[in-house]
Amino acid sequence: MNSLKNRSLVSINDFSKEEQLLILDQAAEFEKNPRQPLLNGYVIASLFFEPSTRTRLSFESAISMLGGRIIGFSEAGTSSVSKGESLRDTIRTVNNYCDLIIMRHPIDGSARFASEVSRVPVVNAGDGANQHPTQTLLDMYTIRQTQKRLENLKIGFVGDLKYGRTVHSLLMAMANFNCEFAFVSPRFLAIPQQNKDKVNDLGLNYSEHNNIGEVINDVDILYMTRIQRERFSDPAEYEKVKNFYELKLSDLENAKPGMKVLHPLPRVNEINIEVDQTEKAYYFEQALNGVYVRQAIISMILGVVS
Amino acid sequence: MKELIVNALDNGTVIDHIPSASVMQVARILKLDESKSTIIMGMNMESSKMVSKGIIKVRETYFKPNEINKISLVAPQATLTIIENYDVKEKRIVEVPDEIVGLIQCPNSKCITNHETVTTRFHVVNKSPELKMECHYCEKVIGKEDLKFI
Repeated sequence: MNSLKNRSLVSINDFSKEEQLLILDQAAEFEKNPRQPLLNGYVIASLFFEPSTRTRLSFESAISMLGGRIIGFSEAGTSSVSKGESLRDTIRTVNNYCDLIIMRHPIDGSARFASEVSRVPVVNAGDGANQHPTQTLLDMYTIRQTQKRLENLKIGFVGDLKYGRTVHSLLMAMANFNCEFAFVSPRFLAIPQQNKDKVNDLGLNYSEHNNIGEVINDVDILYMTRIQRERFSDPAEYEKVKNFYELKLSDLENAKPGMKVLHPLPRVNEINIEVDQTEKAYYFEQALNGVYVRQAIISMILGVVS
Repeated sequence: MKELIVNALDNGTVIDHIPSASVMQVARILKLDESKSTIIMGMNMESSKMVSKGIIKVRETYFKPNEINKISLVAPQATLTIIENYDVKEKRIVEVPDEIVGLIQCPNSKCITNHETVTTRFHVVNKSPELKMECHYCEKVIGKEDLKFI
């Protein structure tokens, strides 16, 4: 029996550790055979109230490869929201036309709300600064693919750890696997206390740093994120710190042999393009994994795989 | 020392050991402003347990546990006494509930509850020593300092 059937995926914590692992196993099956007519006759709504390239295209690619049909919009301006329609009414209308809703929305908690008013399952493709669970699952898939395990790894998180929702969700998910964490960020973009408390409560170790050099030789995964210039009130301050957070080829000289660099993308200048040619760079493969993981999530929720 | 005398209650509820500064808030939470019952409220009273306590007596009114537990957010040491025929029938201390529904506003201005008509819901993740609640929608964890009653 597939326990995910007809359930919404709003927050990574909605699914147990065992259920998360089932999704990863199913994704591995899709990686071997991503084109199957499993979603023939199914209609999936893709509601993107704010623009997204990677997530939207990856979902659409995942559905198309399985033969499903997609309806929806890629920005709020082309929906009734621009006429002042509430999210409640949009969801209650759209749920009549589809079997599942995929939603990206700029407001925190909008996905939970949508899942409560919708009569079809909702998959959260990012709700403001809150959650992005399908990204978390594809990050986990990539970590397992490269390290052959999820347990007892040392993971370095670099960049904007305060606002980066991918960091918060991945941290919570990997905390179930007895991992150790190193946080590298400017002080004012440090990981929130709320997250450190949760890591502490689980009895796991973490350390805080302000440059990549302090952690790069010890980690199994270096999870890079973008530091946005607009977060800095003083542009000179941004110029001063940005080099600490730019990963260069020379930084990788003494890294562990199996170490991989991940990034949820888009990247700006936090990973120098010369790093791309090394076998440690794994962010484009990570983006590809998004297709298999999303195929697994949709197929399991719709109950077309066991 | 003279004792402050307030009328004894024949039947009803006495809520004692409320911090003086929270008496009005407790009254608002229990919607006493809409009540037709006889209500006696005291503030800045001497107490052996507290620096300065407040008390509320409500005649012929009895609160449900989930109603009274709401006041634990502002008066965690409050005690509740049910009076019947001038006698104490039952004494209780308030408990922080596991879930707080429709009582407080989410301080996150980007939370959906501040944008659509949604009843707020918080899951209490830590009761003591420090009260911590997580918004059911935006998942932000808030503390006592963030409390803003609807």
